[in-house]
Amino acid sequence: MSLPLLQVNDLKKHFPVKAGLFSRKSEFVYAVDGVSFEIARGETLSLVGESGCGKSTVGRAILRLFDITAGQVILDGQRIDDAAPSTMRQMRRRVQVVFQDPFSSLNPRMRVRDILAEPIRNFGLAKSAEDLEVRLTALMDTVRLPREALNRRPHEFSGGQRQRIGIARALAAEPELIVCDEAVSALDVSVKAQIVNLLQDLQSEFGLALLFISHDLAIVEHMTHRVAVMYLGKIVEVAPRREIFAAPRHPYTKALLSAVPLPEPGAQRNPIILKGDVPSPINPPKGCRFHTRCPLVFDRCRVEEPVLRAAGAEQWVACHLEEGAPAASPEG
Amino acid sequence: MALLEVDNLQTHFRTPGGINRAVDGVSFHVNEGETLAIVGESGCGKSVTSMSLMRLIPEPPGRIAGSIRFAGKDLLKLSDREMRAIRGNDISMIFQEPMTSLNPVLTVGRQIRETLMIHQGLDKQAAEAHAIEMLTLVGIPEPGRRVREYPHQLSGGMRQRVMIAIALACNPKLLIADEPTTALDVTIQAQILKLMLDLKRRVGAAIILITHDLGVVAEIAERVMVMYAGRKVEEAPVAELFRSPRHPYTQGLLGAVPRLGSSLTGTARRLAEIPGQVPDLRKPIVGCVFAGRCALATDLCRQYAPGLEEKGPRHIAACHYSAKGAVAA
Ligand SMILES: Nc1ncnc2c1ncn2[C@@H]1O[C@H](COP(=O)(O)OP(=O)(O)OP(=O)(O)O)[C@@H](O)[C@H]1O
Ligand SMILES: Nc1ncnc2c1ncn2[C@@H]1O[C@H](COP(=O)(O)OP(=O)(O)O)[C@@H](O)[C@H]1O
Ligand code: SF4
Ligand code: SF4
Ligand SMILES: [Mg+2]
Ligand SMILES: [Mg+2]
Repeated sequence: MSLPLLQVNDLKKHFPVKAGLFSRKSEFVYAVDGVSFEIARGETLSLVGESGCGKSTVGRAILRLFDITAGQVILDGQRIDDAAPSTMRQMRRRVQVVFQDPFSSLNPRMRVRDILAEPIRNFGLAKSAEDLEVRLTALMDTVRLPREALNRRPHEFSGGQRQRIGIARALAAEPELIVCDEAVSALDVSVKAQIVNLLQDLQSEFGLALLFISHDLAIVEHMTHRVAVMYLGKIVEVAPRREIFAAPRHPYTKALLSAVPLPEPGAQRNPIILKGDVPSPINPPKGCRFHTRCPLVFDRCRVEEPVLRAAGAEQWVACHLEEGAPAASPEG
Repeated sequence: MALLEVDNLQTHFRTPGGINRAVDGVSFHVNEGETLAIVGESGCGKSVTSMSLMRLIPEPPGRIAGSIRFAGKDLLKLSDREMRAIRGNDISMIFQEPMTSLNPVLTVGRQIRETLMIHQGLDKQAAEAHAIEMLTLVGIPEPGRRVREYPHQLSGGMRQRVMIAIALACNPKLLIADEPTTALDVTIQAQILKLMLDLKRRVGAAIILITHDLGVVAEIAERVMVMYAGRKVEEAPVAELFRSPRHPYTQGLLGAVPRLGSSLTGTARRLAEIPGQVPDLRKPIVGCVFAGRCALATDLCRQYAPGLEEKGPRHIAACHYSAKGAVAA
């Protein structure tokens, strides 16, 4: 098998937090606590799971927006989690990001032209002033915005248009991987459809890999090749789209999918209603992290943490009910 | 007789750029115990409609005209004092962002208690007991402890449920829920939708549900009203609307959402896009409000606004060519 574009090995990110106003003891938020996966060139991997389960933290670790606590992030065979600033520069070009909020992620004082020129200059991509101009107009064409919009400022655009500018800025660096963190979540239904279509077109045109973070499972199913389901800082199931949506195995994946209301009046649905709230990532439950809400919990779940096991050719599940399958890591 | 009858509601705002006709001549009704969903693009006037029903529009810059008859009374003719007695008692509202309607410096228990003391005349002890009961009912773990906590100590999902508890504490005849679950995870959303249905069954409340999630609409609404640019453009029973939408905007909306299971049934397809943008509500609109984005628009559409016409049993739509449109769906 050829080398995956991105490999994440046992990634951990623990944020220190003050235990109390006067306490000297510090506690940790175990935001991401041992996560492993790979993304191939041109592939879309989606990260799904409840708010606060660590999806964005994984994304930010890959972008190296902070130093990780433990583990490895490997881009095209080269570690980037501890790369020196000089190597990191080129690495940064290859992984770009599109955030949820097009309003706050664009500098309101800059013209679109300058927003897009910045990464092109930073990474020394333009050979000349003419080349820069060619690149700028090509970017506008790619994201289907009028060329004259280059001279306007972000506040003059609608939410959907701003998200196109955000995508153009990511593309300007000629990346191989784009992290889309809830990139379409804030958009209206009809605008969302436009941006989803655009992302799919760009993927096939440029062979881009996407890490697609979203809580909208229908959009995920529409966009993705594979899905990793996270719960409280861990991956509980990872599988190709078909397996996740047709034959989910982890009780949390099943609950998540069953809870999505279908746009079909009268459809018979039996949502698995989970009791209780998401436990705190400061004191994650012992044993299986899902045991406080799992409808299938049994004694062993409260004391022993399940590991990811192969449940099919490309399907991995962390649940004691999968007993019997050989334990391994998904890179194996 | 309908519980709520809204006739020719017009809520306009004076702005520096001209009069914003946020809601421009909308009529609808809600029967006792019925759930009506309002859907439409952001900015189409859904929230302004619901805030008008509650008379929570700041006047000025806003101005409400038309009539809103609730249980026979015209709400627009009531004094502020009479309206306050109805709000939170006969009609309650769940707002999209719970922090804006919860008081950050009061414990959640006190907030529920005060609602009960003001509206139901309960004494402190009885109100406290009822507050804990309400929190249990909305599925909040350890309600006895939570009543003593402040809103910021709760998770987003819990705050939303506290608001729902407050909204339902007085067994309202009408509950208005403006995007009640948009900010929540699907698992919590499922709990809350179930709660709304339970409470409806228990006390027979009518619900006006505003949402852009068509899955939620299909799940709990009986009738749907589609708004576009401050107008009602279509209304039908929920199954009928999803099966045969008559307005091109509604058709576009239904085509723009992917369906869960699409990859399995082989129905995956490119999502339909509605090109263009909503018209500027500060400028007079001649002809059909949707003409600027409609693939079927003709000169007739651009000159004459279509009226709401009957297209089937209890099904109305405002389109000159809705028969043609239905074929295109
Ligand atoms: N800088 C930080 N300091 C302390 N805790 C943090 C920090 N950033 C994130 N966390 C915590 O880490 C956990 C995971 O956060 P993260 O933003 O990754 O969640 P998420 O899965 O992206 O959720 P959402 O769907 O709400 O965006 C949360 O408990 C969050 O409060
Ligand atoms: N207080 C206000 N002053 C001026 N315009 C307002 C005010 N509140 C809402 N609007 C305008 O009314 C229109 C409808 O808004 P709203 O009902 O909030 O939309 P939505 O359908 O997304 O709920 C928008 O154009 C909005 O900008
Ligand atoms: S290990 Fe136990 S608690 Fe965890 S998901 Fe499996 S059955 Fe549920
Ligand atoms: S009246 Fe004309 S423009 Fe308006 S929705 Fe119908 S076909 Fe389209
Ligand atoms: Mg996030
Ligand atoms: Mg609104």
